[in-house]
Amino acid sequence: MPNEQSNIVGHHYVQPNLRKNGAIMSNWTRICTLEDIPRQGSRVVESDSGRIALFRTHDNEVFALADRCPHKGGPLSQGIVCGCKVTCPLHNWNIHLADGKAIAPDEGQTATYPVKLEGGAVFIQL
Amino acid sequence: MEKMKLVLVGNGMAGVRALEELLKLAPDLYDITVFGAEPHPNYNRIMLSPLLAGEQTVQEIIINDLGWYAEHGITLHLNKKVVKIDRKACTVTAADGTSAAYDRLILATGSKPFILPVPGNELNGVVSFRDIADVDAMIAASQQYQHAVVIGGGLLGLEAAYGLKLRGMDVTVVHLAPWLMERQLDRSAAKLLQTSLEEKGLKFLLEKRTEALLPAAAPLPQAGEGTAVPTLRVGKVRFSDGGEVPADLVVMAAGILPDDALARSAGIHCARGIVVNDTLQTFDPRIYALGECVSHRGINYGLVAPLFEMAKVCANHLAQMGIARYNGTVTSTKLKVTGIELFSAGDFSSSEHSDELVFHDAASGIYKKLVLENDRIKGAVLYGDSVDGSWYFQLMRDGADVSAFRRTLLFGQAHLGDSGHNPETRVASLPDSAEICGCNGVCKGDIVKAIRDKKLYTLDEVRSHTKASASCGSCTGLVESLLAHTLGGDYSEAPGKKPLCKCTDYTHDEVRAAIAEYRLKDMAAVRTHFEWKTPDGCPACRMALNYYLLCAWPQDYQDDPQSRYINERAHGNIQKDGSYSVVPRLFGGMCTPHQLRAIADVADKYRVPEMKVTGGQRIDMFGVKKEQLPAMWKDLSDAGFVSGHAYGKAMRTVKTCVGSAWCRFGTQDSTGLGVQLEELTWGSWMPHKFKLAVSGCPRNCAEATIKDFGVVCVDSGYELHVGGNGGIKVRVTDLLCKVESEAEVLEYCGAFCQLYREDAHYLERTAPWIERVGLEKLKAAIVADPEKRKALYQRFLVSQQPAQIDPWKERANGAMAGEFAVLRG
Ligand code: SRM
Ligand SMILES: Cc1cc2nc3c(=O)[nH]c(=O)nc-3n(C[C@H](O)[C@H](O)[C@H](O)COP(=O)(O)OP(=O)(O)OC[C@H]3O[C@@H](n4cnc5c(N)ncnc54)[C@H](O)[C@@H]3O)c2cc1C
Ligand code: SF4
Ligand code: FES
Repeated sequence: MPNEQSNIVGHHYVQPNLRKNGAIMSNWTRICTLEDIPRQGSRVVESDSGRIALFRTHDNEVFALADRCPHKGGPLSQGIVCGCKVTCPLHNWNIHLADGKAIAPDEGQTATYPVKLEGGAVFIQL
Repeated sequence: MEKMKLVLVGNGMAGVRALEELLKLAPDLYDITVFGAEPHPNYNRIMLSPLLAGEQTVQEIIINDLGWYAEHGITLHLNKKVVKIDRKACTVTAADGTSAAYDRLILATGSKPFILPVPGNELNGVVSFRDIADVDAMIAASQQYQHAVVIGGGLLGLEAAYGLKLRGMDVTVVHLAPWLMERQLDRSAAKLLQTSLEEKGLKFLLEKRTEALLPAAAPLPQAGEGTAVPTLRVGKVRFSDGGEVPADLVVMAAGILPDDALARSAGIHCARGIVVNDTLQTFDPRIYALGECVSHRGINYGLVAPLFEMAKVCANHLAQMGIARYNGTVTSTKLKVTGIELFSAGDFSSSEHSDELVFHDAASGIYKKLVLENDRIKGAVLYGDSVDGSWYFQLMRDGADVSAFRRTLLFGQAHLGDSGHNPETRVASLPDSAEICGCNGVCKGDIVKAIRDKKLYTLDEVRSHTKASASCGSCTGLVESLLAHTLGGDYSEAPGKKPLCKCTDYTHDEVRAAIAEYRLKDMAAVRTHFEWKTPDGCPACRMALNYYLLCAWPQDYQDDPQSRYINERAHGNIQKDGSYSVVPRLFGGMCTPHQLRAIADVADKYRVPEMKVTGGQRIDMFGVKKEQLPAMWKDLSDAGFVSGHAYGKAMRTVKTCVGSAWCRFGTQDSTGLGVQLEELTWGSWMPHKFKLAVSGCPRNCAEATIKDFGVVCVDSGYELHVGGNGGIKVRVTDLLCKVESEAEVLEYCGAFCQLYREDAHYLERTAPWIERVGLEKLKAAIVADPEKRKALYQRFLVSQQPAQIDPWKERANGAMAGEFAVLRG
């Protein structure tokens, strides 16, 4: 299980598949400004490891998750953001933005990416 | 002008109800004459049981007294039995020679009790249980004699036996079958019933075949004249196994037979009852028949609910409106014995395809059985606790799939969140559409509304205003609970109140009222005003509030895209692979070669993987990537298309048929009208999706009667139908009214849309909305009050101004580009 090995950066988990040679790759990439993401909304980011959903909450926190619902792969970026959760547009599973875990009774987890805000710009660690 | 003549034969429950319905629709169309074989004005036959039991008086069970006939100018011949119909001369003649001519004739002669063909059945003291005369005879016997035997352990027999017991007689019920009410009950329920009745002092002899009725030893004093007069009184009943019981009174309650003798003698086609079609016409088109005397689709009915439905249909045709059809009725029964709760409906016999759900608590005398087939209720028997009878009955008639709550089904509708079994809280949780009075088809919503609007305080007032509990009376308990519940305390505090979502304790209606009253113009203001429990709401309330604000302030409110479902935010239907579908609007389903070519070109250019003609008469392009949408919309927009809103809680399509332009039956220009309606309504945001249709004639090829708003063109104008729904739970529309011009259709349609927009809860389609608020409310605002209608229509037009800006064009021109563009990482 990823949990025991994962490092916590802020409140985001780093998934094992992002480690190379046991070291955390620290290539932070600038994606956009905070203003480019609608509040309580999201943007889609195309990356080498697939599509990423970049969320901004009501309280201006920013999260990045793989844009795939653990249920049947629905595009989470198209869902509705409330608090620190997103509701998948296909069958309404609720996913925690912080850890990518489905909220009970559903089970499953989506990969997350570390994010940081610097001077109004949003960076994702890819 | 001389009026047409209408004659009714049979002054009973069905016939007179048909007259009541007719007088409502066309009070002046006919000169009416009524013949009744009984000496009484129209009375409630069902109440003969309480009459016998001494719980009611003859006065109390009269439905329409002599004054009513006079008031409506009806000529009434009491005590005159019609013996002849002359169908050539169009006259009827009674036994005493009184005759009357007719243009239309109604036969409502009811049933005859089945008298067992056994020796001795003509003896004195052998009666049936059908009319006031029978009850008089029974009461007289109870004052003089001791032993009563009731033959027949069905509904009627048990009610007779119970009444006679209360009158002080020693009563034995004789029954051929192995258990009581075998046609309505299974053995277990019947056993419980028998035990309770035995506790009330009744005796039972089951599986006994009556062989003969024997006279008492001593002859009665001679009556004097004629030898045919029976002079002996009954004394004993003898069975086929040789056993005997003493009997000074024998009540034959072994069944009824449709009384079609008069019709037969006039050569009208009969087959175990007078055969009628779905408009209740006999084979002679001038002659209608209804009630227990008819055979409809091979079925005879013996309860009042179907007769009352027949009465409506019959009156509709006599009033020359000619649209109603009688399609048969599913019936349920309750036993009217004080202190016994019993309900049964449908077919409760099990087969290899059916499952049974059974709850049996012998100690507390409760038994419930539901028979399911394909997850649908096929039959129900409830003993000891029948509060949920109406709910099960509703599910059964709706053919509702109960798989989702099958596990808790037996605990009843109020099961969740209701620990007690207080009937008041249980009726509170019934939906407004729950039928309370099966006889008269009155729902909870109608009753509550009447109690509130008309300020009713007593059971009698409710009965006279709604007819609920006015027939068999078995729902009296429920009606009383409703009264207590509706009147007791402040209604808004009632437990039935349902909050908008878990972020607040306030209801949809309360929130909407405050938005208008306090001029709350954005979501934050609403949340502050009502002290929302969450800072930014939840998916349920955000969508609802966004809509309510948009509806209330069409010119001012700034739509919040993040409070829209993805389909509405992206203006397309999201597909299972995350792509989208594109459906351009084809007004009224009409299209030109140019338009079709343009769609084909767009499909080619963007390599649309699949296309399909939709059920809404337009063309769907599937599998489009979100990033491609704005460019594709631009091409469509350049070709003159606007969005079809196939994705929205919004006005969707107007389905039309060919109409008078080409069709040999078309009465009006249904396509042209459909286009106009779509031009009026496109772009409108609604509480839920909203579909329209226009059919050019009553053949109704556009299926207008399952749409939210449907128009059926007829020669003389346009019938407007509302509240239909295909989909999950099919509902046929209600007729709102009929209008004469296209301009009126547009105005009524706009007014209806606006009323729905302003009144319905978010995500409530017109069908459940109408069932919740009642058709009367709509008629009052749209049909009866031109001022209100015009005001609604105006408000609709105002809100259409900002709404009819094509969302595709806006986005093709760069609006909300971030929604569609992908960032690089
Ligand atoms: C495209 C179409 C099927 C077709 O190929 O013909 C369609 C497709 C969908 N329908 Fe439908 N419905 C389509 C006509 C209908 C009809 C027929 C009609 O309108 O005459 C009905 C029954 C009539 C009615 O609504 O009363 C219909 C009753 C439903 C329902 C059940 C609604 C209900 O009240 O019970 C849903 C579910 C819902 O809305 O929650 C639904 C939902 C859907 C959704 C939007 C499911 C979803 O949420 O993703 C489907 C989108 C498929 C997709 O991937 O694009 N669709 N749907 C039809 C589009 C018509 C159009 O031109 O806009
Ligand atoms: C004791 C009792 C209890 C009942 N309880 C219930 C109940 O709880 N729930 C329920 O739904 N139903 C109940 N019913 C059944 C219900 O009363 C009947 O279904 C209903 O009355 C039938 O109506 P009808 O108009 O067809 O016949 P009726 O009400 O019988 O009316 C027919 C009338 O026509 C008259 N008539 C017949 N021939 C002629 C002629 N040639 N000329 C002139 N007049 C003629 C008859 O005298 C009679 O008055 C009960 C019936 C009885 C007897
Ligand atoms: S019936 Fe409608 S909702 Fe169901 S699969 Fe077909 S298109 Fe989709
Ligand atoms: S794919 Fe997300 S809930 Fe089904």
